[in-house]
Amino acid sequence: MHVGLLYSRIRRDEKLLLNELRDRGHEVTKIDVRKEQFDLTEPPESFDGLDVVVDRCLATSRSIYITRFLQSYGIPVVNSHETADICADKAKNSLALADAGVPTPNTKVAFTVDSAMEIVEEFGYPCVLKPVVGSWGRLMAKIDSESAAEAILEHKSTLGNYEHKVFYIQEFVEKPGRDIRVLATDGEPVAAMVRSSDHWLTNAAKGASVEEFELDDRAKELVRQASDAVGGGLLGVDLMEAGDDYTVHEVNHTVEFKALNDAVETDVPATVVDWLEAKVDGEQSLAEVSA
Amino acid sequence: MSDTITAEDPLSGEEIELPADVEVGEIIDSPATGAELEVVSLDPVTLEEAPELEEDWGE
Repeated sequence: MHVGLLYSRIRRDEKLLLNELRDRGHEVTKIDVRKEQFDLTEPPESFDGLDVVVDRCLATSRSIYITRFLQSYGIPVVNSHETADICADKAKNSLALADAGVPTPNTKVAFTVDSAMEIVEEFGYPCVLKPVVGSWGRLMAKIDSESAAEAILEHKSTLGNYEHKVFYIQEFVEKPGRDIRVLATDGEPVAAMVRSSDHWLTNAAKGASVEEFELDDRAKELVRQASDAVGGGLLGVDLMEAGDDYTVHEVNHTVEFKALNDAVETDVPATVVDWLEAKVDGEQSLAEVSA
Repeated sequence: MSDTITAEDPLSGEEIELPADVEVGEIIDSPATGAELEVVSLDPVTLEEAPELEEDWGE
């Protein structure tokens, strides 16, 4: 197959994918999104002859627009625009999970400091304030007191861009010092790891230690439901252990997997490329049938 | 065949070693300064300081 890889940076994750694709003899076109221009009707030349495009844009804004352009051109893209649009925004992400009946932390959104303060008081301390767009644990605030809440909300409303005036407030989940990252392809888990840290943020990007994790049936069920809720694709589903069950706090759409690949026995890029091959084969068969 | 190649660190001017299989767009940590550098061309390998992290970057 001929795969286009959309990128703005080739990190180890992209390198693992590129090497796996090339080792299997697939043709790969790397497309640097910084150099492209998108017409309303005709795709740029770099996209000629591609069977599928894998979106590995680091910038959420680029990812959302390019996936939409590609769908308009009729070029298959992983992940879909709908999935990117939901996963890129924490409020849409939480709504999709709640709509699908997937357990997710209690969350409220407000647009003024006064309304946000009312939510904070209702949730009690600590609670968590997150930017609706962002990643790697950046700009997340665990609010421990009224004075901290007032200061953080004032800073966000004064210094932030308009997205920071969408106050996304979440109950604080008492997790056992770790959370679970599952890489899944259309809801099928590829591998999972726990991320442990003494810090309340357990992102691998924040230096959490990682270890392979074996999913039980309930976790697998939730991964499938969470994937379906956001439209499927190659996803990173984040779960926390909460009492006897799990709660899914978010689903990531341009998922990184280098830390996971180092932590688990599974060959992650090989399994992802297996899935990509099957997906392209499936779409081509479907196109032949309907032709 | 060597597994490494050399290129000039644009920040320090030092010659630094890179894996021989680097490709355009790849981000490497400079062994001279620790800064993130982007491979902008091959043959010869040219490096530039990688773009700053932006707010909407992530997963």
